[in-house]
Amino acid sequence: MQFNMNRSNPITAKRAMQMAFLVVVVVALVGAGDQSSRFNDLGHRLMCACGCNQILLECNHVGCSYSDRMRGELMAALDRGDADDLVLQSFVQKYGPTVLAAPTKSGFNRLAWIMPYVALLAGLIGVSYVVRIWRSRPLVLPADTPAPVHGAELERFRDVARKETEL
Amino acid sequence: MAQIGSFALLFALALSGYSFLAGIVALVRKDEGAERLGETARRAGVAVFAVVFLAAMVLVVAAFENDFSIAYIFHHSNRDLPGPYKFATLWSGQEGSLLFWALLLSAYGFVLRVRYRTDPRLFAYASVVIAAVQVFFLLLVNFAAHPFAVMQGSLPEDGSGLNPLLQYPEMVIHPPMLYLGYVGFTVPFAFALGALAMKYPGEKWIHITRRWTMVTWGFLTCGIFLGAHWAYAVLGWGGYWGWDAVENASLMPWLTGTAFLHSVMMQEKRGMLKTWNMWLIFATFGLSIFGTFLTRSGVVSSVHAFAQSSIGDWFVGFLALILAVCVYFYVKNRSHLRSEHKLESLVSRESSFLFNNLLLLLACFTVLWGTLFPVLSEWVQGNKVTVGPPFFNRVNIPVALLLLLLTAVGPLLAWRRTSVESIHRNFTWPAVASLVVAILLVITPSSWGAPFGMRPWQDASAFYSLMTILLSALVAFTVAMEFVRGGRVISRHTGQGLLGSMIHLAHRNTRRYGGYIVHLGVVVIMIGFAGAAFNQDKEQEMGFGDQMSIGRYTLICRSFTQDDNPNYSSEWAVMDVLKDGKQIDTLYPERRFYKASQQTSTIPRVRSTAQEDLYLVYEGQNQDTGRPIIKAHLNPLVSWIWIGVWIMIVGTIAALIPNAAPLRVAATARVEPVPAGAGD
Repeated sequence: MQFNMNRSNPITAKRAMQMAFLVVVVVALVGAGDQSSRFNDLGHRLMCACGCNQILLECNHVGCSYSDRMRGELMAALDRGDADDLVLQSFVQKYGPTVLAAPTKSGFNRLAWIMPYVALLAGLIGVSYVVRIWRSRPLVLPADTPAPVHGAELERFRDVARKETEL
Repeated sequence: MAQIGSFALLFALALSGYSFLAGIVALVRKDEGAERLGETARRAGVAVFAVVFLAAMVLVVAAFENDFSIAYIFHHSNRDLPGPYKFATLWSGQEGSLLFWALLLSAYGFVLRVRYRTDPRLFAYASVVIAAVQVFFLLLVNFAAHPFAVMQGSLPEDGSGLNPLLQYPEMVIHPPMLYLGYVGFTVPFAFALGALAMKYPGEKWIHITRRWTMVTWGFLTCGIFLGAHWAYAVLGWGGYWGWDAVENASLMPWLTGTAFLHSVMMQEKRGMLKTWNMWLIFATFGLSIFGTFLTRSGVVSSVHAFAQSSIGDWFVGFLALILAVCVYFYVKNRSHLRSEHKLESLVSRESSFLFNNLLLLLACFTVLWGTLFPVLSEWVQGNKVTVGPPFFNRVNIPVALLLLLLTAVGPLLAWRRTSVESIHRNFTWPAVASLVVAILLVITPSSWGAPFGMRPWQDASAFYSLMTILLSALVAFTVAMEFVRGGRVISRHTGQGLLGSMIHLAHRNTRRYGGYIVHLGVVVIMIGFAGAAFNQDKEQEMGFGDQMSIGRYTLICRSFTQDDNPNYSSEWAVMDVLKDGKQIDTLYPERRFYKASQQTSTIPRVRSTAQEDLYLVYEGQNQDTGRPIIKAHLNPLVSWIWIGVWIMIVGTIAALIPNAAPLRVAATARVEPVPAGAGD
């Protein structure tokens, strides 16, 4: 494979850009996997099981009988080298599904994630439909040559013009 | 005392019932007596305020006099509770807060009925709707959640005390602000329903409704952010918004109310979106009632919620009734709501408002969906799942970014159609300037502290944070350009300085330029939110002289001690704060134990600067060593949120000021083109 930054060769330049992108992604991912960042990430994907409705790493209840223990369990799981999914699954088995801070993306829970997009799609379709109706609405034009406008009608036009162009 | 309160509530119910029934009869009858009957209904409505006020004051006096024969006072107050909190007892529990709802509603009704001469017929309709809502709340406080219920058996010596989390100065103003917002949406709802029922000719009702909505929206904004500040200053977890069900309940009507404040301009200027606006107001009021239902029914669990009670059934019935009435009048009179104009171009102010509404409603839907999904999940699967911050952040942050983009672009578009040249002319410099800001944030060294030295390719939160600041800068630059260009035009014609001209300009169209100031406040808040991507925290046991480092700060524990007063005992630490090795402050994080309620509360201490907050929490004591455990949070840009709220308040007030007289220019004079938006 030839690495050539010659601007006259567009294919090679494109490939170079792809490689640069790959390097950036790899560098980004190298930094993302260390233990403290995984602890922070997983700790923010779990809830404290004491019933305080707080994220595990944000639970600050004085004398909370759960959060310290759960943080210890999380750290121990990371020390064992467990994968993220396995760690989360072990917490679900021990504390129940409410320990996850967000619904999973499987089974019925997938619906939680899908519905906002469905709503967006429905909204876009609705807006497109409204726009189509509005754009197809005919302008009401007088059949004959327009007569000069006077008095109240002129005032009404002035009012419309003012509304639409006022500073 | 309990008898006086109980009697006042019953009397208020009778008056409201009369105001409602007599009001309806007066509107239906066509004979001469109808006007006099309507007047008695109006006066009965006015009198409701005095009677509900009396009931509320009886409860407050009972709190100050430690009258523990009233069960509500026993459960929410105690002898050593400081005076301001005794006053706050009124809204600290289920029954009192419902009485407070009724009080605020009667106050709004009082103002509306006193100002009835603006349009007697429309106000009479609105008065009937308000009386109906008032009847519901007075039924609740009379028969479902009676604040004057008396204690059975021997009288207790002292009360159970106020929840420690509520013993904070902001809690004296946060609930009233939030309730003024919630309750206030009854007024636009009443006008909208009244206008629909009577087939009100023209758009005057919408002018009246818009002002009420702005006031109400302003109160709700204050209420929401006071709540966020309370959470930050009291709950001690270092954050200000947890996507809690009760927080969400306040956000939903705010989102639909914001959508209404934008789309209502389409109706005023172009006679469009009449049906949409009607339903937006209905939805906003419905969501206010729904939020109250969520808080009180026990349907969802929340740190803020009142105890679970059967009161939820009342709210479900009331919501069903509201929906039925709205649907009935809409079906009956929908022909009155036809649009008058056509859409001439997709690149226009009209379409920007359409997308603005779509995004705001989408945000509202996702909040509602996420809040109710645990209930739905329990119903379908038999087990409740948690829908917490990871879900809400992931779904709503992209929506918020798109809204920011529209906030930047929308005001630059003209009504009817906008030319490409116009967009190019108005948009190039703000776009270039905001890109420069983003590039500067990326190339600066991270040692300067967040948000400098951003690495958006490292994680999604950093990317979103950079995008937020970039788009916020774009909005700020477009707003600034609008002010400067408009100011220059005025300056050329009047000879005033640029600043004076900009003030003159804002005064001539307060709604438009007040709105811009509100937008500016929103972007400052969004920049504050963007800082959350760089939050850090650290926890450590701190003995005498022990040190802890976080960011550029070093904390040294100088001492830890205890204190005691009749209301609570406390433990606290004395922490020297050094930045880059130089002492800059001393903070005293504290933990309190409230004696009456037997509950503990943390009092975090915060050193706040424009760049970051150093936030210290006294987590507790190590039982073995007796030494305090201190948690330090470093939260960048948080103070921007509170500054942004002040800017929003200023903008809202500015938008409510009446316009100055228009500038008269001689017909022969050539007038420079005004900024592209030209209009609200």
